[in-house]
Amino acid sequence: MSHLLDRLSFFKRTRSTFANGHGAVVQEDRKWENAYRQRWQHDKIVRSTHGVNCTGSCSWQIYVKSGLITWETQQVNYPRTRPDLPNHEPRGCPRGASYSWYVYSAQRVKYPMLRGVLAKLWREVRKSKDPIAAWEYISQTPEIAKTYKSRRGLGGFVRSNWDEVNEIIAAANNFTVKEFGPDRVVGFSPIPAMSMISYASGSRYLSLIGGVPLSFYDWYCDLPPASPQVWGEQTDVPESADWYNSTYLMVWGSNVPMTRTPDAHFYTEVRYKGTKTVAVSSDYGEMVKFGDIWLAPKQGTDAALAMAMGHVIFKEFHLDNPSDYFTRYCRQYTDMPMLVMLDNKGEHYLPNYFLRASHLDGNLNEQINPEWKTLVIDGKTGNIVAPKGSIGFRWGDNGKWNLQEQDSQGQSIEAQLSLLNTQDQVVEVAFDYFAGEGENEQFTRKVPVKKIKLADGSEALVTTVFDLMAANYSIDRGLGDGAKDYFDNVPYTPAWQQKHTGVKPELVIQVAREFAQNADQTQGKSMVIVGAALNHWYHMDMTYRGIINILMMCGCIGQSGGGWCHYVGQEKLRPQTGWTPLAFGLDWYRPVRQMNGTSFFYNHTSQWRHEKLNLHEITSSTALNQFENLSLIDCNAKAERLGWLPSAPQLTTNPLQVTQQAIAASKDPVAYAVDGLKDGSLDMSCNDPDNPKNFPRNMFVWRSNILGSSGKGHEYFLKYLLGTQNAVLSEEEDCIKPQEITVRPAAEGKLDLMVVLDFRMSTTCLYADVILPTATWYEKDDLNTSDMHPFIHPLSEAVQPLWQSKSDWEIFKGISKKFSELAEDYLGVQKDLVLTPLMHDTPQELGQPFDVKDWKKGECDPVPGKTMPAMTVVERDYGAIYQQYTSIGPLLEKIGNGGKGISWDTKHEVDVLRGLNKVVQDGVAKGQPKLETAIDAAEMILTLAPETNGHIAVKAWDALSQITGLDHTPLALPREHDTIRFRDIQAQPRKIISSPTWSGLESETVSYNAGYTNVHELIPWRTITGRQQFYQDHQWMRAFGESLCVYKPAIDLKTTKQVLGKHDNGNTEIVLNFITPHQKWGIHSTYSDNIRMLTLSRGGPHVWISEIDAQKAGIVDNDWIEAFNLNGTLTARAVVSQRVPEGMTLMYHAQERIINVPGAEVSKKRGGIHNSVTRTVLKPTHMIGGYAQLSYGFNYYGTVGSNRDEFVVIRKMKNVDWLQETDNLAQQNIKA
Amino acid sequence: MDYLDKFIFGIYPYIVLTIFIVGCLVRFEREQYSWKSDSSQLLYRGQLRVGSILFHLGILGLFFGHLGGLLTPVIVWDTLGVSHSLKQLVAMTAGGIMGSMCFVGLVILIHRRFTVDRLTQNSTWRDKLLLSWLLVTLCLGLSTIFVSAQHLDGHEMVNLMTWAQHVVTVRGDAASYIMNASIIFKIHLFMGMTLFAIFPFTRLVHIFSGFGMVTYITRKWQLVRPRS
Repeated sequence: MSHLLDRLSFFKRTRSTFANGHGAVVQEDRKWENAYRQRWQHDKIVRSTHGVNCTGSCSWQIYVKSGLITWETQQVNYPRTRPDLPNHEPRGCPRGASYSWYVYSAQRVKYPMLRGVLAKLWREVRKSKDPIAAWEYISQTPEIAKTYKSRRGLGGFVRSNWDEVNEIIAAANNFTVKEFGPDRVVGFSPIPAMSMISYASGSRYLSLIGGVPLSFYDWYCDLPPASPQVWGEQTDVPESADWYNSTYLMVWGSNVPMTRTPDAHFYTEVRYKGTKTVAVSSDYGEMVKFGDIWLAPKQGTDAALAMAMGHVIFKEFHLDNPSDYFTRYCRQYTDMPMLVMLDNKGEHYLPNYFLRASHLDGNLNEQINPEWKTLVIDGKTGNIVAPKGSIGFRWGDNGKWNLQEQDSQGQSIEAQLSLLNTQDQVVEVAFDYFAGEGENEQFTRKVPVKKIKLADGSEALVTTVFDLMAANYSIDRGLGDGAKDYFDNVPYTPAWQQKHTGVKPELVIQVAREFAQNADQTQGKSMVIVGAALNHWYHMDMTYRGIINILMMCGCIGQSGGGWCHYVGQEKLRPQTGWTPLAFGLDWYRPVRQMNGTSFFYNHTSQWRHEKLNLHEITSSTALNQFENLSLIDCNAKAERLGWLPSAPQLTTNPLQVTQQAIAASKDPVAYAVDGLKDGSLDMSCNDPDNPKNFPRNMFVWRSNILGSSGKGHEYFLKYLLGTQNAVLSEEEDCIKPQEITVRPAAEGKLDLMVVLDFRMSTTCLYADVILPTATWYEKDDLNTSDMHPFIHPLSEAVQPLWQSKSDWEIFKGISKKFSELAEDYLGVQKDLVLTPLMHDTPQELGQPFDVKDWKKGECDPVPGKTMPAMTVVERDYGAIYQQYTSIGPLLEKIGNGGKGISWDTKHEVDVLRGLNKVVQDGVAKGQPKLETAIDAAEMILTLAPETNGHIAVKAWDALSQITGLDHTPLALPREHDTIRFRDIQAQPRKIISSPTWSGLESETVSYNAGYTNVHELIPWRTITGRQQFYQDHQWMRAFGESLCVYKPAIDLKTTKQVLGKHDNGNTEIVLNFITPHQKWGIHSTYSDNIRMLTLSRGGPHVWISEIDAQKAGIVDNDWIEAFNLNGTLTARAVVSQRVPEGMTLMYHAQERIINVPGAEVSKKRGGIHNSVTRTVLKPTHMIGGYAQLSYGFNYYGTVGSNRDEFVVIRKMKNVDWLQETDNLAQQNIKA
Repeated sequence: MDYLDKFIFGIYPYIVLTIFIVGCLVRFEREQYSWKSDSSQLLYRGQLRVGSILFHLGILGLFFGHLGGLLTPVIVWDTLGVSHSLKQLVAMTAGGIMGSMCFVGLVILIHRRFTVDRLTQNSTWRDKLLLSWLLVTLCLGLSTIFVSAQHLDGHEMVNLMTWAQHVVTVRGDAASYIMNASIIFKIHLFMGMTLFAIFPFTRLVHIFSGFGMVTYITRKWQLVRPRS
């Protein structure tokens, strides 16, 4: 009916009345009511999730109405897990629920964008030159290149189209590959687990052309180096449901309710079962409210607290009144009984290498790898034996790599933990101590030892790790030294720790005792949840090892409800071995180039030029001569040439030219390169970082906001890598000059081309040359998994990518197509010399067993794969990159697939994929399965991974059984015929299948718990002893005083003294420790520029300071402040809060510089981001490689980008200048 | 006879009325969600109470004044014994008071709409045009008081009334009564008529709803709608 006519029937409207005429039944059109009904109607619901770094991996229903994404709600049909557990659902938090807003927001990148100056240049030059010549002209004419490089970050983008941007990128990549080498094309993308196919698209393209994907986990400093050090495992943790199995739960520096919102309910629920909870946090974080006890150590001193707990537990539960369970556990599953040689230093001894079979006469009858077999004393016979399971048994000694309590001959043994009472003598052993008044002291303790005869006839003293630990913890064993009681102020007693942490000793004793007592009575159900708050410190491995020590001492690792939970930024990539060939093009070319992000950025953003940390500040006083004159970058270069760490770029000479030269000289390219490196005619790029030949030239950034979030040393990035406006205040003259590498005048603007793929105009996009609009999480098909729960999730295309955006898979497909077109004639087929480091989980991890020998100094021969990087010639067909990108290559059938040291045949599975994905009809991939769409790629992952294909799981367990000599296949046999396909997980998230890639089980009887199969299936840890390591015997570990866990205070980065008072604005300046935790309004599940979230907080950048500090500096809540140091400066509002203790300031990380950032008074430029005041500092112990668990693996081990030891000067701003004048140059470029 | 005058005062009124009626009808039928006053109270409360009340009281007074004054047949006044000059004097006084209230209110509303960032950002060009249009029309209307003051015999007023009544009764010669009026009157009339043309495209449609409010006086406390 007509609205008007309806109104006009005025007199007929009332049909009847009721209630004495107070009510009326009216006759009128009711169509308008549909508006309310339609408000919640929708056309379809699609299951997707938020592919972000929050580890939530929550299933969401995305509602689509009239072709628009309208809203999302939590999906609540997860499979149930074990009957005694609370439900997993609902999963999801308000941050994720705000995402449908983001899709259509003003932040969305809608079209391919080009930096204005570059667009103008390109369009002009392109009229007369072909694409590659045009790129060469623009990028290699310094004054022209500077015109666009110097505009990075200053706006001025113009709209482009896909043809144009693909051509620029393809031309730049082609030119760079031929002119400088494929390893000058790099890419950065984090956390594959959050959207595996998006990650794989870029890394597949890069890997096919020989480019270099950079690692993120180490760079984010979310990688806990302690984990590989102790377990040989990147990070493996219990699922959140396992918190519910714990009966004593410590939450230590991890703000569970805030940062693990969908999982926090397990933490709150378990308290109703009677579990005691302890919160350890220096600020009043949300998790503190749930703690029965709150320990508040001063920030950065947690290792001291952990050491004191270790002191109490070791004394009470291992010495005074030994727990039967702990003793059995430590004997079988840790290196406690392993024999360690002592080095005679005259008046005292120093702990040295583990005693190896090779040290003894006749190699103790061990034929294979005797240098890598560690030894114990069999308590039954008193003989020294080689127990099964050490790393020497892993490679080439099949069937003996397991944790049965047997020697290598299969005789049952009982390893002796302590030599006390059976010792030959007691000697003074010196231990490093870093927390004293002076620099790097030592203290000595009496240790019982045995005298043994070595193969060379000499005598040596040995002791056990157990005895060394007791001495290091200063526990009195009746030998006349150590702490008298807990209140004796000697290292690592509860009283001692109070000086450092401020925590009452009584509380420490109580918590330690309860923790251990609980573990003793429950067989290990004591648990610690740790987080970034601890891991982002320079000496994070000491804190972590301190905590892991108490867990291992109490037998908690690998026990349900017990263990170590580290949930930072890793997001377990569950179907990893299925994903690896897709992501790194291993179906076409092997090996792949990969680079550790931290060393890469430290090197190429020239942060080493501003290094102020002297090695003598962090080394043991006994090892100073080893590192005399070396700087951190020298150490890193050494690690690269020894094959410990990877390199990018690798050689100063283009690797394509190296092979050509070798062929011209009729030599094998590998031998040619080794000779060249030896005689100096070839050099490694790491030795000369500012040589233009060694610049990274092209960089892709996708799924990442590196310059707005993780880029420590932000201003150095801007200055050196990008060559644009920056606020670096540091002067090189005040810094340490490297000795071994070539130092040239600093180069600026090393990158020729920066390409950023994003759906939002992030801070990183502002600095790009080309921005490619990508699909959001509701517009693409992808896979997502988490370490928090055992389900595998899809991301699904609810609507087609909006505006001109495309999924990452389609974007890189487009780039590879254009690349191939140009490359067919320009590059053709090339031989590429690929250098790879000595990789973990390969036989190369048995590198140099004892003292480090450097071929460059003539200390040993350069042997690829042993004393230097391995080298492989790879023949690439550059004209066929597109065909290779879009098909599954032949190597999976020829060589097979695998991971973590085992491999299996995949012929059958590739055939299955031929059926699922169909077959390529012609070209280089004729007969191979297609990889056209993201769903094809998903099927490849799911079909090849043991976690999602039961047949593969059985094959994988079988492969492992060959090495361990134990049959593990029953773990997967019940699910042998389970296959999970993409449509299955769209219907419902699926529980994955148990796989030897991981150390826990997916089962109906036990929650996923890391180390579970090590303990219950007797699979060794992937370490030198095959057990969990309390002791690290590598030469560098000992040199840096970290063979045993010690307390190392925060390092002095020396960045505030020189600026304090130098930029006076009249307001009081205070110096505070600068901490950058996860933020409440973003974390990672949305972004800080999300207006819905901004309205909940301060609407822009803010830092938290304590009331006391605020008073000192005359700051009141919401004042504008500036925080600065030598690294740069930032502006923000102050949040003055009781939550924060005195002396520290918190700035939530990743607050975008595009929202409400005024000009800084110090730099006169727009105030920076949180990383403007930080700088990366490398730690040499993380560079060690080729040494069992201390071997490189991508995102597994390597230098990490810590940033919490930093201090800043903070003061109230006098003038808040918004710098709103027009940028004329940008305007001109837009018009042009 | 001036063709322009004939067009504006003889033909244009019908064009305007057609746009007004058809426009409002179509909008009411098709765009019910746009039928609203677009209040800015949520965005910015400042000055709204005094500005809005003054403006609305004033403009309602002017509306009813014009309606009654122009369309009541002369014979009614004569029968009631209200002399032309007295009626003119009452019209000038009441119109002056109402007009001034409206003027003050309107200036306040314009000031806040054009100076408060949130309001300028959330205002359409039609909102701004409408306010400006009202202001100019009102100023012209107020300035006719001074024109009228020069001839207080009511003759001119009767001409205007006759014009208006001839227009609404569709007699062809309406324009001829305007020919000799002051240019101020003519422009005021043009602006006023054009307001009806603008009406359907702006928030002015809420006037209907405002008048519709009157039905609430007799409305039952509870209304129930049957299913079919």
